[in-house]
Amino acid sequence: MDIITARNLVKEYNGLRAVNGINFSVHRQECFGILGPNGAGKTSTVRMMFGFSPITAGELHVLGLDVTHHAREIKARLGIVPQENNLDLDLKVLQNLLVYASFFNIPEREARARALEHLEFFGLSDKLDAKVDHLSGGMKRRLTIARALINNPEIVILDEPTTGLDPQARHTVWQRLRHLRSRGVTIILTTHYLEEAAQLCDRLIIMDHGDILDEGTPGELLERHVGAEVLEIGQGAAAADNLTKQFHNDIRGHLEVGDNLVLYPLNGRELLSRLQNLPQQFDHYLLRPATLEDVFLKLTGRGLKE
Amino acid sequence: MSNTLRMDISPRVFKVFRRHLTVYRRNWKVSLSFNFFEPLLYLAAMGYGLGVYVQAIEGLTFIQFLAPALIASSAMFSSSYECTYGTFIRMEFQKTFQAMVATPVSMDEVSLGEILWGSFKSFLYGSVILFVILVLGLVASPWALLVPGVLLVSGLLFASLSMIWIGLFPNIDSFNYYFSLVITPLFLFSGVFFPLSGLPAIAQTLAWASPLLHVVNLTRGLVLGNVGMHLVWDFVWLVVVAAVLMPIAIHLMRRLVIR
Repeated sequence: MDIITARNLVKEYNGLRAVNGINFSVHRQECFGILGPNGAGKTSTVRMMFGFSPITAGELHVLGLDVTHHAREIKARLGIVPQENNLDLDLKVLQNLLVYASFFNIPEREARARALEHLEFFGLSDKLDAKVDHLSGGMKRRLTIARALINNPEIVILDEPTTGLDPQARHTVWQRLRHLRSRGVTIILTTHYLEEAAQLCDRLIIMDHGDILDEGTPGELLERHVGAEVLEIGQGAAAADNLTKQFHNDIRGHLEVGDNLVLYPLNGRELLSRLQNLPQQFDHYLLRPATLEDVFLKLTGRGLKE
Repeated sequence: MSNTLRMDISPRVFKVFRRHLTVYRRNWKVSLSFNFFEPLLYLAAMGYGLGVYVQAIEGLTFIQFLAPALIASSAMFSSSYECTYGTFIRMEFQKTFQAMVATPVSMDEVSLGEILWGSFKSFLYGSVILFVILVLGLVASPWALLVPGVLLVSGLLFASLSMIWIGLFPNIDSFNYYFSLVITPLFLFSGVFFPLSGLPAIAQTLAWASPLLHVVNLTRGLVLGNVGMHLVWDFVWLVVVAAVLMPIAIHLMRRLVIR
């Protein structure tokens, strides 16, 4: 069953279109990714889900409820991790969760039990009385996620959860999110890290300039647009026309990225050896597994010659 | 668009108020002592210092005349600071409002919570001054017991006025202008330091529009036991203006935050 559905969803700010009539749905208990560069419309899309941005046109249902008329009921069942840390700087770590719990009308005793449990889960048990400002970036993020879980939400929405974190802190957050998903929580995640999307998401949409370019599982997206491998040819862009003509039966597509040429081979190893036997030699050859980054480059055309 | 003027308020507004109270409980001693220090300086410098050179006003010594009005001005300043700088810092720099509206709390409840909190500070700081002048023997009548109620209403009014300013000029530098163009003139020309009866008729008419004038009339009347229908009208004036300003403030804040 779909837990979120958007139909022709539009968001405009003072006449500027941030979200351009998109359609998507999120299944219960999956990790759903919204992938795109800055300014793609990811944040606007998730903000509409919890009523922080009123929708301009179209329909958006969360948990079967219309967001325009049922914001309060919806918010009671969501956990929100915003892009900017907005922990309460005037309160200490444990108090942050207790006060937040009070906004959900959770009784104090229950709130305290849950808060201690979540702080334990996020490795913050020895920081109960610490000032929020004194926490590291990774700890603040974990605390923000712990806060979002205080109402036992059915859906957790994370807007760029690991932006600005060092790799180790990022992996800690990923690990916790995987654990959450295994407990049956639906997770919605915006990110511009392709690795993050590949690591966590069951299904994702790729957005750019307010539009959805494609959607599917990471595997489907790779298969549809790129294939299993890519072959990078250093300084190969100048010879792109010749090469793609010569090998058009051996590749399913190509892309010029700056000075480099990226080929999507049917059989990478074989193509590589044939290229290396050509009279014309190139700067370097790199045969590697395809990633979502390749899909993204292909879809947005970023890196193409202007 | 049709429902932009309808307020979305539930008892959750008291959760917002309680959040402010929780924060305040951590530093109330420092905050309270600083806030009543300033009116005390006025009382000492103006009342005891300047007062020696001032002839009796309406049959009162200058300090008897001034002290009850300082309850009113102190209440005005406390809610005005709270709901300009305090509110703006929570909204713009700490993103506290954004965190609250991600919960079942509505933006209207966040704004009303701010107004109630500003009103509470007026009540608190005004009452502290009332207590001080009681100790100094400057309270003449048990009617003074009604002063805290007046402070709550005046707090609602000045908190709303401050947040309307934020809604119109959402910039921390603009608050300087709010204090120099609005609050300070009110402080100087609302009968705190001298009776308005000496001013030209036009100035007296203008002063009638000053909320602080009505608060001063009430605190002075109640503290000195000079009560009558005129005080009822001052109170009605405050209630009506506060009731008009509050929804405007809530509407402007919603327009500012929810986009």
